[in-house]
Amino acid sequence: MTETEPSTAEAIVFWVCAIFSVAGALGLILSRRAVHSALWVAFTMINLAVLYLANAAPFLGMVQIIVYTGAVMMLFLFVLMVVGVDSSDSLVETLRGQRVVGILLAVGFGILLIVGVGGALSGMPAVGLDAANAEYGGNVEGIARLLFSEYLLAFEVVAALLISAALGALVLAHRERWAPKRTQREISEERIREGIHPTPLPAPGVYARHNAVDTPGLLPDGSVAEISVPGPLRARGDLRPVDTAALAETIALSEGENVLGPQDHPVADDPGTSPGEPK
Amino acid sequence: MSPDHYILLSVVLFTIGTIGVLVRRNAIVVFMSIELMLNSANLAFVAFARMHGNLDGQVIAFFVMVVAAAEVVVGLAIIVALYRSRRSASIDEPNLLKY
Amino acid sequence: MIGTGAAVMTDTAPVVAPLAEATGVFSYLWLLIALPLFGAAVLLLGGRRTNRWGHLLGSTTVVLAAVYAVILLVNLMARPEDDRAIGQTLFEWVFVGGFTAPAALQLDQLSMVFVLLITIVGSLIHIYSIGYMDHDPDRRKFFGFLNLFVAAMLLLVLADNYLLLYVGWEGVGLASYLLIGFWQWKPSAAAAAKKAFVMNRVGDVGLSLAIMLIFITFGTVTFDEVFTEAGQASESTLTWIGLLLLLAAAGKSAQFPLQAWLLDAMEGPTPVSALIHAATMVTAGVYLIVRSNAIYDGTIFALTTVLVIGVITMFLGAIIASAKDDIKKSLAGSTMSQIGYMVLAAGLGPVGYVFAIFHLLTHGVFKANLFLGAGSVIHAMKDQQDMRRYGALRAVMIITFLSFASATLAIMGIPPFSGFWSKDSIIHAAFEVSLVAGISGMLAAGLTGFYMTRMFTMTFLGKARWEDDQHPHESKPVMTIPLIILGIGSAFTGMALLFWGDIVSWLTPVTGLQENELPLPTIAYEGMTLALVLIGAGWAYAMYRRDVPIEAPQDVNILTKAARNSMYDDAINDVLVVQPTYSVSRAFVGLDNKGIDGVVNGLAALVGGTGAKLRRWQTGFARSYALAMVGGAVLVVVVLAVVRLP
Repeated sequence: MTETEPSTAEAIVFWVCAIFSVAGALGLILSRRAVHSALWVAFTMINLAVLYLANAAPFLGMVQIIVYTGAVMMLFLFVLMVVGVDSSDSLVETLRGQRVVGILLAVGFGILLIVGVGGALSGMPAVGLDAANAEYGGNVEGIARLLFSEYLLAFEVVAALLISAALGALVLAHRERWAPKRTQREISEERIREGIHPTPLPAPGVYARHNAVDTPGLLPDGSVAEISVPGPLRARGDLRPVDTAALAETIALSEGENVLGPQDHPVADDPGTSPGEPK
Repeated sequence: MSPDHYILLSVVLFTIGTIGVLVRRNAIVVFMSIELMLNSANLAFVAFARMHGNLDGQVIAFFVMVVAAAEVVVGLAIIVALYRSRRSASIDEPNLLKY
Repeated sequence: MIGTGAAVMTDTAPVVAPLAEATGVFSYLWLLIALPLFGAAVLLLGGRRTNRWGHLLGSTTVVLAAVYAVILLVNLMARPEDDRAIGQTLFEWVFVGGFTAPAALQLDQLSMVFVLLITIVGSLIHIYSIGYMDHDPDRRKFFGFLNLFVAAMLLLVLADNYLLLYVGWEGVGLASYLLIGFWQWKPSAAAAAKKAFVMNRVGDVGLSLAIMLIFITFGTVTFDEVFTEAGQASESTLTWIGLLLLLAAAGKSAQFPLQAWLLDAMEGPTPVSALIHAATMVTAGVYLIVRSNAIYDGTIFALTTVLVIGVITMFLGAIIASAKDDIKKSLAGSTMSQIGYMVLAAGLGPVGYVFAIFHLLTHGVFKANLFLGAGSVIHAMKDQQDMRRYGALRAVMIITFLSFASATLAIMGIPPFSGFWSKDSIIHAAFEVSLVAGISGMLAAGLTGFYMTRMFTMTFLGKARWEDDQHPHESKPVMTIPLIILGIGSAFTGMALLFWGDIVSWLTPVTGLQENELPLPTIAYEGMTLALVLIGAGWAYAMYRRDVPIEAPQDVNILTKAARNSMYDDAINDVLVVQPTYSVSRAFVGLDNKGIDGVVNGLAALVGGTGAKLRRWQTGFARSYALAMVGGAVLVVVVLAVVRLP
């Protein structure tokens, strides 16, 4: 990088990152879903970090990536998860004229800035930061020197601001417990009173023949207890049918008959043909 | 290509951020638009620092980031509290403080 | 002066000499005021714990003041005639720019006689009150107020400048308010106190304006300096000052047209009436006029107005006194009439000043006597004040009867009782100045004879018209002893002052004296006056000796009706002052409600309406506000661009 004129390499970096960041910004305001917006912003910020690097601000570029993209935007995503990922915005404007006037004003403001600031800047020589960065041995050292000398007071005040902000967030997000915590006794009494299944649900996979949770357990009378299988499996219909032969065997056993002769026990010989195996 | 281009890019990003603040209704998106505006200002600061050849602009950008971080913490806490009471993150929802 | 054709015989101008420094016995001059003030402070601030001995302390302070006053008199008489004005500066009171008013006392011949009257008659009234107020639960407070009254009156007569006099003047007003309304649980007493206070205020405004005018004219308010320079002021200024002072005097001394409060003031306990009518309060107006003689000397108009007011009041009071059945109100009317005599005398100028004071002194004694006697009767008759329920009290209240008789003869002007000397002096002086004034004085003397005889006959003579439960008896010694002293005083004060004390030459250095020649010998005027008094007295005796109906007859002439209603003073005041004030107030209220409130409320409604419309901008939507902010930012940039870019 020369002192006055940006190099061609920098021009390429600028144009690529500029287009990407503007695209990211447009993505921010055009995405229907807040999560997408957040990702677009993160993208823009990374591109901006690159532009900082190109502007001889390596420290800020790193901070941009670590603090902004890494911490702040992730905090945004975290809150988005709390608030609800799939709460998508309706893009229909409810305030009359807000969208038109807002866009007009914003664009007008931008044009004014471009005309004003750009006009004032054009032809102004760029000094470049090489000398300033080199003075104390590098960009980080230069910024550190400024922070801890001229801007020391502001630095301390900002530290206080951060602490206050943390406390403020604690206070704002804190939810006061108005009623005393419910005891186990109260919870169980409520269960009985409301007629919900009072005891733990029956376990699936009776008699340890199977260890799969998709096999329903059997009630003492031999009927199938579908409740023993977790709900989502039931909802998907992934219920393993009960082996009727084994059931009959069980019933016979319960009536005292010797159905399991030592000679024809199938399990040890051929697990593949075991009556309990899936279809 | 000249350093002015950074300023122009900054203005464009700022304008887009402003539109986002004015047009979007999801409080979190509005908030992110504000972050975008802050970032565009930072870009301008960094470019100015380069043009003038001193690091003050970068220090200011650094402070902007710190303040933005604090602001994000408080702002997001407010959004969470708001969501808890209204089950919505719309910025048009809390409009009781009016005539 | 009016219609005088007589030649001037003598003309002595007042002596204007610098005040002598108070030394020796005079250096404790402040004690005169401090003693009763101390009593008042102890009794009023001490609260209930002073109840047991409060009346004794209250009486002692005034008696001590009286003793000291006598000592002062003896010492003052020992001094040469032109060196009897003592001054004592207590402290610098007001000093603002060129204006100074020291708290300074002045004891001269005029103040001296007033101090004696106030303290001695005041002492007797205090002692009498010990018995009269025996059963009142608030007797201690009563004595506190009495002491305050005496202290204020002493300050009034001892002040050496108008401003300090004003303090005493207001103090007297306050004390009279407190005492007239002493039985404040009676609505009539509270109203009477308020009436006295308000009407006195009218006079007080006159006094304060007069003081301001005096200050503007002379640059000082000290008597000495004002009177020295009085001759240099223009006549119109002096006339205004004189008229304003007359207004003040009319308020305090119950002169026409501010006389209405005096009759209502009878709502107070009887010793208060005695104090107000004899020793303090009503005499203040006469004092003020006589003290300011240097101002009146320069303004014939104001002086004549004084004379006219005095004559009017003299007749008003006498007519009212002739018709009232309430013994105290009748006495109040007689006070009005007698004060009218004094004001008349003061209005004669240097011819009459001395006799005004002379009559004031004798009147102080016999009027105190009359009121205390009336109090004794009222006490005996269980608070019955209607003379139609009295009669034949001579037999049961012999001491009261004798002292009352002495005072009655004195006020009627029967020689050699004290009223004869003073009243005939006034009539004589009036003839020296104006035939009309003299004849008026004579006629009023005849009226005096009528109403006093009427009162005396209805009360002590004739048949008993008591109610069944009334068993009159003589009062206790604590009440009768003051009556005896005052009875003797009523008989001999006039002679004592005139012959032994030589009151005329005593007062001349302060007031000046002028004597004119009269066409007839003195004895002729005395004879005519006496004849008129006797006619009046005989007529009254004939009318009331036999039967007095218990109910007042209604078929009476219009004058009697008017007199029974105190000459319709309340109605006149109502029509002339109260109703117009109400009308003006109502007009202002209407103006305030419609005009001023209309403007204010209209303005408020305008602001409110505009606000109600503008507040619609506050939609509550954060994005609207953000839009407004961006608009503002655009505006700022545009303005900056417009200003900076070209």
